[in-house]
Amino acid sequence: MDTVATFLAMGGYAGFVWPSFALTFVVVIGLAIASRRALRKAERQLALLEQSRPARRARPGKAA
Amino acid sequence: MLTRLANPTRFLRLADRLLPWLGAATVLAFIAGLVWGLGFAPADYQQGDTVRIMFVHVPAAWLAMFGYSFMAVASFVGLVWKHPLADVAAKAAAPLGAGFCLVALVTGSLWGQPMWGTWWVWDARLTSMLVLFFLYVGYIALWSAIDEPERASKAAAILALVGAVNVPIVKFSVDWWSTLHQPSSVMRLDGPTIDPSILWPLLVNAIAFQLYFVTVLLWRMKAELIGRRVRALTLGLAAREA
Repeated sequence: MDTVATFLAMGGYAGFVWPSFALTFVVVIGLAIASRRALRKAERQLALLEQSRPARRARPGKAA
Repeated sequence: MLTRLANPTRFLRLADRLLPWLGAATVLAFIAGLVWGLGFAPADYQQGDTVRIMFVHVPAAWLAMFGYSFMAVASFVGLVWKHPLADVAAKAAAPLGAGFCLVALVTGSLWGQPMWGTWWVWDARLTSMLVLFFLYVGYIALWSAIDEPERASKAAAILALVGAVNVPIVKFSVDWWSTLHQPSSVMRLDGPTIDPSILWPLLVNAIAFQLYFVTVLLWRMKAELIGRRVRALTLGLAAREA
């Protein structure tokens, strides 16, 4: 228990060390989630569009 | 290599093959870097545990500069050779670079207060880093201000290239001017001057940040490419219905 408290205290600099890591964590995770979401959204839109146009997908084969 | 990747479909296939490995490597490197940096690296004899801030501050600052350099090179390639992935790459890198620039600035402030006795000084390193952040913000704003992708990419590329003068200023500010910020202690011609017990965890963290950058950059590039395809299809549909 004592070692955990020592670790968390960061030699008296807890108020500077932990916010630094917390901000880094928030930015890293936030950018990853936002980027993932944008990717999923684009993929969903593309799937929808391709579903709604089955004729176009078949056309190159027929034309050939 | 670059010409082979000019085909977006081929690029997307390659990205899909690489991404699972990159994602796993990023997570592992972050865990190793965090545990080593927070748990095992020794506290500095002068700075105490605040030195641990370095494990996020320095990799973030490196990436902020790497991200801008990457953006500038990609913009140049896009302007000169019209490589179809260049402006996609540059646009995808900007929010990442801006995010890491912000991390570098704020963690620097959180390190400066206990060690220098001030949150902020207008010295060359800090000021040029703030300018870098504003360049990122301006670049992102320019992309979203112009509707037509063709024109937006050109304007943004020019801004990225003009702003690139600031990168060497950030890097060498600590040598050219007298600053409160310490000079480079890792990327020096005569080798690093940091003790290996701190240098190694720092490098592991730097690798983790870099892997993360590549992973999320590929996600963002994929999203942009698919988004452009969606736009083209929607416009095509609209044109046919009209």
